[in-house]
Amino acid sequence: MCGIVGLFSKSDAISERLGELLSKMLVQMNDRGPDSAGVAVYRNPAPAGSTKLTLNAADPAFHWGAVRDSLAAAFGGDPTPDVRATHAVFVVAADEADATAHVRAAFPEVRVMSAGSVIEIYKEVGLPSEFATRFALEDIKGSHALGHTRMATESKVTTLGSHPFSTGHDVCLVHNGSLSNHNGLRENLRREGIEFHTENDTEVGAGYLTWRLREGATLEEGLMGCLDDLDGFYTFAIGTADGFAVFRDPIACKPAVMAETDDWVAMASEFRAIAVLPGAESARIWEPAPATPYVWEGARV
Amino acid sequence: MSTTTEIEVVDLSLTPLRELNQRLHDLAGADGPRSWRITNPSGAHNIACGLDADIDVVVEGHAGYYCAGMNKQARVRITGTAGQGVAENMMSGRVTVDGNASQAAGATAHGGLLHVRGDASSRCGISLKGAAIVVEGSIGHMSAFMAQTGTIVVCGDAGDALGDSMYEAHIYVRGAVAGLGADCIEKELRDVHRAELGGLLAEAGVAGVDVADFKRYGSARNLYTFKIDNTY
Repeated sequence: MCGIVGLFSKSDAISERLGELLSKMLVQMNDRGPDSAGVAVYRNPAPAGSTKLTLNAADPAFHWGAVRDSLAAAFGGDPTPDVRATHAVFVVAADEADATAHVRAAFPEVRVMSAGSVIEIYKEVGLPSEFATRFALEDIKGSHALGHTRMATESKVTTLGSHPFSTGHDVCLVHNGSLSNHNGLRENLRREGIEFHTENDTEVGAGYLTWRLREGATLEEGLMGCLDDLDGFYTFAIGTADGFAVFRDPIACKPAVMAETDDWVAMASEFRAIAVLPGAESARIWEPAPATPYVWEGARV
Repeated sequence: MSTTTEIEVVDLSLTPLRELNQRLHDLAGADGPRSWRITNPSGAHNIACGLDADIDVVVEGHAGYYCAGMNKQARVRITGTAGQGVAENMMSGRVTVDGNASQAAGATAHGGLLHVRGDASSRCGISLKGAAIVVEGSIGHMSAFMAQTGTIVVCGDAGDALGDSMYEAHIYVRGAVAGLGADCIEKELRDVHRAELGGLLAEAGVAGVDVADFKRYGSARNLYTFKIDNTY
């Protein structure tokens, strides 16, 4: 199963309530994915020349001060982290490659969840409703967000196996479905220099998009390429720096519903996740067609 | 049985769904309110499933999966959109969706009428077993897959692979068909079909639609009859 939610704000009032609404949507998808939950939120752009990193440590008592000191020594500035449960967000005065390479070399036990200018990714094992409380999602303001609740079928229930998966600078992927050619594709993508950290099928889908975008494809081109290169079932939601996209496989057996009002655009696996949004009863509601990219851009970051 | 004009209102934000469905089930062959209004459905699944009573139920808002599934006798109307499998396996009665319906609307339905005022998504009328489905908008891909008997009327367009591997259901489409599935072909629209089509449009209350604008699709009967070439 798995549940997907996405919310794109078109008004200040919704941006102010983004985390609260995202949390409500996610909790509605509790029983579609009780294993793990995760969100990507887009907010607080890092200054030009800096990179925003979301890091995770398996140990909840991990001492983030050591990471701050190391980053300050390497790149200067004051990268004080914003700690949220097992995750910490740092703004580092370096480009993405240097910042992530430094963290990986100096702190091999720390995982890089996301890197970019505006993206933050939080994900953990456990019930989505507990995740929402533990990560204080209600406090978060921002322009747009994706969420995922996982019922694992293809790989272990771990923090790293949870969604969203980062697919490069400010881009991430959440997935409902399963890919059956992920082992072969993973090996091909490794030869192209794409790194993988799990045996998860969705990570391969994310790696595929990372590779296509790196090679110059537009998001639409990358998504259409999935039709030829991915074997399996998928409803994808993709977060980008200034928007989000929805894409379903040609069979479209995994559910998706979309809705739009003057204040927001939302997608979810089921309407009950959209029903919690203000004005949902009078929203324009439709089901995205198979093999067709739907893209919203121009977020109010 | 009592006949009351009172409308029984059930607010699903206050009443558990199982309690509502049990009250509706208890009407089978028994006295009780004949007219029901369900408020705040908020996309909940399985609303008004398994009814077997001559009653009217209005779901005010958007329903989740399998609304009015297995319906017998009852007239169920959803004022918003319906999720996957609306009126699935309906036996008789009537289900109306004022908005759009998601995948597998009317799947395996044996009898009764499913009327969708908006669009129906993919796999509409999959494995249809005798019910009538009237869609005022368009239907998605793989609709009428393996449909055995019954009728599907589409005032708009149909998606890809219409009627794939179908048996003896009747399909009428007024607009464009993106593609026909295996063994599905266009067939002549004869008087008997015009009468059937006109009758269903009238029953659904669809006005301003000319029967002559429809094309009929059905099985070429090359796939489901025994032919040695079809074996593997």
